[in-house]
Amino acid sequence: MQHKATRYAGSAFTHVILAGYSILALFPIVLIAINAFKDRASIFDSPLSLPNSESWSLIGFEKAMKNAHFFSFFGNSMIVTVTSLFFILLFGAMAAWALSEYKFRGSRWLLAFFAFGIMVPIRLGTVSILQIMVSLNLVNTLTALVLVYIAQGLPLAIMILSEFMQQLPKELKEAARCDGVGEFKIFFQVILPLIRPAVATVAVFTMVPIWNDLWFPLILAPGEETQTITLGVQQFIGQYATDWNAVLASLSLAVLPVLVLYMFFSRQLIRGITAGAVK
Amino acid sequence: MAAVHLRNIQKAYTRDHYTIPGLDLDIDDGEFMVFVGPSGCGKSTLLRMIAGLEDISGGELSIGNLPANDMHASKRGIAMVFQSYALYPHMTVAQNMGFALKLAKAPKDEIASRVGRAAEILQITHLLDRKPKALSGGQRQRVAIGRAIVREPKVFLFDEPLSNLDASLRLQMRVELAKLHQELGTTMIYVTHDQVEAMTLGDRIAVFNAGRIEQLGTPLALYEEPRNLFVAGFLGSPRMNLIPATLIGNDDAGATVRLALSPIATRRDARALQATSSVTLGIRPEHIELVAAEHPGALAARVDLVEHLGDTLLGYVEIAGVDGFITVKLPAHAQLGATVHLAFPAGRCHVFDGDGHALTRMA
Repeated sequence: MQHKATRYAGSAFTHVILAGYSILALFPIVLIAINAFKDRASIFDSPLSLPNSESWSLIGFEKAMKNAHFFSFFGNSMIVTVTSLFFILLFGAMAAWALSEYKFRGSRWLLAFFAFGIMVPIRLGTVSILQIMVSLNLVNTLTALVLVYIAQGLPLAIMILSEFMQQLPKELKEAARCDGVGEFKIFFQVILPLIRPAVATVAVFTMVPIWNDLWFPLILAPGEETQTITLGVQQFIGQYATDWNAVLASLSLAVLPVLVLYMFFSRQLIRGITAGAVK
Repeated sequence: MAAVHLRNIQKAYTRDHYTIPGLDLDIDDGEFMVFVGPSGCGKSTLLRMIAGLEDISGGELSIGNLPANDMHASKRGIAMVFQSYALYPHMTVAQNMGFALKLAKAPKDEIASRVGRAAEILQITHLLDRKPKALSGGQRQRVAIGRAIVREPKVFLFDEPLSNLDASLRLQMRVELAKLHQELGTTMIYVTHDQVEAMTLGDRIAVFNAGRIEQLGTPLALYEEPRNLFVAGFLGSPRMNLIPATLIGNDDAGATVRLALSPIATRRDARALQATSSVTLGIRPEHIELVAAEHPGALAARVDLVEHLGDTLLGYVEIAGVDGFITVKLPAHAQLGATVHLAFPAGRCHVFDGDGHALTRMA
């Protein structure tokens, strides 16, 4: 009985900590969500109260939807995030495979080079990136953003994926080779399916910062046609008057796609995080 | 089907250290060749070089009369079965077996029929829809063998395929592998450290030691006429008794050695050796005869330990003046501590010179 009680106390303590952290993390999101459904006056009068029959209003959503570019902002964000994600995962996995499977001259240096990419924030290079994009005529295109995000996401992707690939039993690749399977097919048909959890992990970790990024859209693609949702929301924030209804409504909407993507990957994610632990 | 030829094959991991210093071997078409030897003797490395999983540092390899040194593993027409099975965990048994064919763009019904036939041979038809993790070790190894069969390779390579199985399953699979070889008639190269597997399966056995082939021949030839101490000690279970002795005479009938104080006649030719030189007398436990005390040349020995093997009793006996145990098969009623009298039949004795080379049998 004694140690059973201790165990309950221990797990209760853990849960209190976790719950506290969850509340802390969820609070701003909940605040945004509940205020998005209130009229302007109620937002200022009682920001913490839930919307009731008096304060209920969808005016923010209406304004956001009415904005001519709102859906194109969404589309831009979606295109940039999904395209970047696709190429980060593809190139990251391929580079990780090459670095973990084949030993060639300079492979260690290449790995160190990628590791360096994790340590140095890409924003430090903003000025040079802007210069490059200007000279390539890529300013105000989504391509510019995609290219930068691929560069930003690759180092971490390569590190995580090559770690996972090294854990795959050597015999599997050898068996495939003896089976008459070419190297590319080994990669796509044997290796990739086996590291799916790791791919999902990388996908989640790279997706969120890209979707949320304000810096590069602001610098590289501030044009009307190429604004992403995070940048587009800024339109409602004025120097003299801010349309809080519209800001909160569009922020709430902006969370949705990334939430859907997260749920899509998260089943795999749990397996990815615990994979190294038990095996 | 194909013959495999190795000419002066070398393997070096570092520049000046050769794991395999240069090796010649011809494996005939349809032959079951077994590589046997202790851990780290280079047998697996050689197999992996034949498979194309390790680079060949020097020499020439040909498979089916085609030079194969620089051929990619996938083009060599070999199929390999690994100790760890190496099944693709994300595919069902049927998909595992048909994977190579599917990638080679074979028609669907042909894949199905070849997988079905292989599954029938191995009696795993009822497992075809399962994933590897739902199989036992023996079933997994069958699937791994099935995956090799389906491809109808020119050469089968086995890398200690039975080492992860328990004893009874190993025995059963051993029999099935032998049957499989009879049915398919394909060239097979089989690596093992288990000398019983080697003896029972191989058409020929190559005994490896330190990157060299110590002896190559049929199981019986190796068993009856080991060329040196290493082979003599490695093959046979229980292992051959190897007893230090002194050469005391040599006539037309053969060499005579002195063991403890007794002379023992052999049929070995020791004319190249000087009298009184140190030699090693070798005799297998099953060849030592138990005789009455008054038998000429009988050696008295004390039974120190017995092991019941079911059909026989393995005795560890000590002869006064001889270091260490001598193993001998005893009748079932033998008592611990009893004295038995041993005779070493001249025709059954092996003699090895100071360098460990066997002396030839007199004509």
